[in-house]
Amino acid sequence: MTSWTIVAAVVLVGTSGLPGLFFRREGAAGMFVATALLVVGSACGIAGALLALASGTSSAIDLPWNVPGGAFSVSIDTISAMFLIQIFAVSALGALYGLEYWSQHDHPDNACKLRVFYGLMTAGMAALVLARNFVLFLAGWEVMALAAFLAVTTEDHLPAVREVGYVYLVATRLGTLCLFAMFALLHAATGTFEFVTPASGAGLSTAIFLLALVGFGLKAGILPLHVWLPGAHANAPSHVSALMSGVLIKMGVYGLIRVCSLFPNPPLWWGALVLSLGVTSGVLGVAFAIAQHDLKRLLAYHSVENIGIICMGLGLALMGRALGRVDMMALGLAGALLHVWNHGLFKALLFLSAGSVLHATGTREIDRLGGLLKPMPWTGLAFLLGAVAICGLPPLNGFVSELLVYLGLFSMVAGSGDRIWLAGAGAASALALVGGLAIACFVKVFGIAFLGQARSASARAAREGGRLMLLAMAALAAGCVVIGIAPSLVAPVLDGAVSAWAPEWAGAHAPLAHVAPFGAVTMGAMMVVAALAILAAVLRVRTRRAAPGTVGTWDCGYADPGTTMQYSSSSFAEMLVRMFSWALRPAERSPTIRGVFPRRASFHTDVPDVVLERVARPVAGSVGRVFRWLRWVQRGSINMYLLYILITLVLLLLWR
Amino acid sequence: MSSVDLMAHGALVLVLPPLLLGVITKTKAAFAGRVGAPFLQPYHDLVKLLRKGSVFSRTTTWVFQAGPVVGLATAFLAALLIPIGGHPAPVSFEGDMVLFAYLLGLGRFFTVAAALDTGSAFEGMGGAREATFSCLAEPALFLGLAALVRTSGSLSLTGMLGPSLAATWPHAAASLVAVIVSLLIVVLAENSRIPFDDPNTHLELTMVHEVMVLDHGGPAFGMILYAAAMKLFVMGAVVVRIALPYDGADPWSGRAVFVGGMLLLAVVIGVVESVMARLRLLQVPSLLVAACVLSAFGVVLLAR
Repeated sequence: MTSWTIVAAVVLVGTSGLPGLFFRREGAAGMFVATALLVVGSACGIAGALLALASGTSSAIDLPWNVPGGAFSVSIDTISAMFLIQIFAVSALGALYGLEYWSQHDHPDNACKLRVFYGLMTAGMAALVLARNFVLFLAGWEVMALAAFLAVTTEDHLPAVREVGYVYLVATRLGTLCLFAMFALLHAATGTFEFVTPASGAGLSTAIFLLALVGFGLKAGILPLHVWLPGAHANAPSHVSALMSGVLIKMGVYGLIRVCSLFPNPPLWWGALVLSLGVTSGVLGVAFAIAQHDLKRLLAYHSVENIGIICMGLGLALMGRALGRVDMMALGLAGALLHVWNHGLFKALLFLSAGSVLHATGTREIDRLGGLLKPMPWTGLAFLLGAVAICGLPPLNGFVSELLVYLGLFSMVAGSGDRIWLAGAGAASALALVGGLAIACFVKVFGIAFLGQARSASARAAREGGRLMLLAMAALAAGCVVIGIAPSLVAPVLDGAVSAWAPEWAGAHAPLAHVAPFGAVTMGAMMVVAALAILAAVLRVRTRRAAPGTVGTWDCGYADPGTTMQYSSSSFAEMLVRMFSWALRPAERSPTIRGVFPRRASFHTDVPDVVLERVARPVAGSVGRVFRWLRWVQRGSINMYLLYILITLVLLLLWR
Repeated sequence: MSSVDLMAHGALVLVLPPLLLGVITKTKAAFAGRVGAPFLQPYHDLVKLLRKGSVFSRTTTWVFQAGPVVGLATAFLAALLIPIGGHPAPVSFEGDMVLFAYLLGLGRFFTVAAALDTGSAFEGMGGAREATFSCLAEPALFLGLAALVRTSGSLSLTGMLGPSLAATWPHAAASLVAVIVSLLIVVLAENSRIPFDDPNTHLELTMVHEVMVLDHGGPAFGMILYAAAMKLFVMGAVVVRIALPYDGADPWSGRAVFVGGMLLLAVVIGVVESVMARLRLLQVPSLLVAACVLSAFGVVLLAR
């Protein structure tokens, strides 16, 4: 029953945008119908997933499907349910936000089609999470990937948007190619199109794992494979960015987790490889983020960083499974899965509040913002909560999942022989570096964009976002606070997910609530809140006689500091960018100052994506040159393509 | 933990920190051939600041006042996680060292945010430096913690710095010495001491911590001073405990040794400040990387 509820929800969400196409373009009716359908469908989906979680078992659906190798085979375990809840929740909140952010009135040309693709993208993700058959999985995957491409290129009249859309399309095609190869190998190893543990064959298993790592890694944005991510996230409408960064890239994580769960005895190097990829993504992702001037591009690089943290958890789980260490396995996987949820919450929150800033000021350039906390107090508070959460600071949710990963790493340090524990020590210190850099980055963004004085006329004219926009942000922020203060609420879910991932150990591991200090986290969070309240009251009492707002900032004796004299985001990041210049390769154009009265000069820095500009584009260019001769095949005439199909069919028939 | 232990811990944590600042000042005065301010001067300063009025710039928001509040609250809560003299900490659980480090991170986040809230270039500069240097201190701290986790087999500060510490010295001495030196560098960096930052400098352009709080005054500034002292206390307490793992026969001698150790640490800091000049800002990261490398040596030496 629960499965049918969710399948119905997927259908409802997937078709939610279609009725809107039959309404008048400028009218608001279509957009309300579309959003209502999507929200109702999502509510059904969440209800179904919660029911599946509560009952522990779910009725699987297995219907024949008239596609070679395909079967409509659907089932929900705890891992699927966790991802489903996230997909539907973020999608519904994003849609509500979109009512005001991308209204039919403001964008009559493309709002309708955006809503169609938004619903399709959500449905595709939900379908692939439900699927137990490879063909159904790939169908969901493709619907998601192509709908996401079309949603990213909503503003396809802008050349920059078309450009990033194209990069995304190439990346996702490559990923799908790897997945086809991986599923073909899985089929060869198991003889079925369902997810079952393949018979042992080290070479084949390794090939399957590596193809999964590349194919799913391209979607997740693990560091060398992240090239499409910053541009696409920055240029999509903000609620689409929120859905993509919060949920869509997690589909890569889901696939990796699902495929890895099939191997009960993974070699140790699998886990070590995933762990080191996680460390690289984490450190360099946040280093690239610090160097960005574009608010949404900066947030996009933080997705790379957080995928790195998730990969560290997954690598730890794989290593635990290989070493027979139940505690490492449970802590690593629980940390990874909880971070998937947490990142979905706070990254969606950050993208939505960044969207409100963009909506209010018309610019994503951090150095043109400033002082927004005064005109936009609630958006500012939402961004601050998201920033504290993403830095992994107590008392919010990011701390809990990072604590689980840390605990896993430190138990590796405490209990592993044979020098493997050194990897745990190294990874823990890398995670600490990531945490420190994230604080530097987010205090920069929050401080430059929301504090101080407005740096441009548009920032001065900013107004608070609409009620629905604030409502969506408030719901996400509430999620961050609840998981941060009461993580024991999610402990049973995580336990179920760990058992589902490593069924051979189901029941063998202690419940997470016994291993992880969830009670202490709650107590610590309460103590933070209490101490803050007490001290704030003390300060309030002691300063009640102060006369605020009558004098300016002291600024070391200068009476009237101007807005352009403030520290900018590039100057804040300058030392850190220089420290990481070996990886970031910043492009800098600085004037030479000559003489006593130098002329007007300008200074410019830019940090383009090194992997995209120095590796991906040149390689793609040369590959394109090599295969130029193939282009004559593309005649642009339907008749020719029909002929190609006929020839292929005849050849295939002859071959059989 | 008994209520006597709890009260002793609370009293030490609340009362001792400003004295450390007094001892540092006195040591520096002795080196310079001056009499120096009395040991208890920081307490007088705090009381005086609490009584003063306040002025808030019109640029600032509530974040400006949240800075001192969060800074003091987090430093105090971090102090509750530290075991003193072999006695367990009031709050202790597996993974509390992560909470310890991240609480200080939370304090740093809001201190820097409050600095940026003034819209002053000087304070932005100080904030940028603070955020940058702390990033590099973090891995050194965690590598040191990893070494302690390895030697003690425990995942909580109380276990790592507990009664078993003395027994690990004989076979992990080299590693522990490396960790002590590294953590001492971290203490100096995180607390804005020479050679990282000169708390007495008068040139805003060269300051780190002091320039972030230029616009704070009165009670808010008192909170900042107290929080800074407490941060020095909690981070120093880890170093002192590793260096002097003495538990004593009766419950109080361990605490007495701890207090003596803390005062000694203050003297050491005073001596460092008297005999060294501060580093050029651009060389600061190199020293912090050296601290990371030392901690890493401490870890690697355990893998025999």
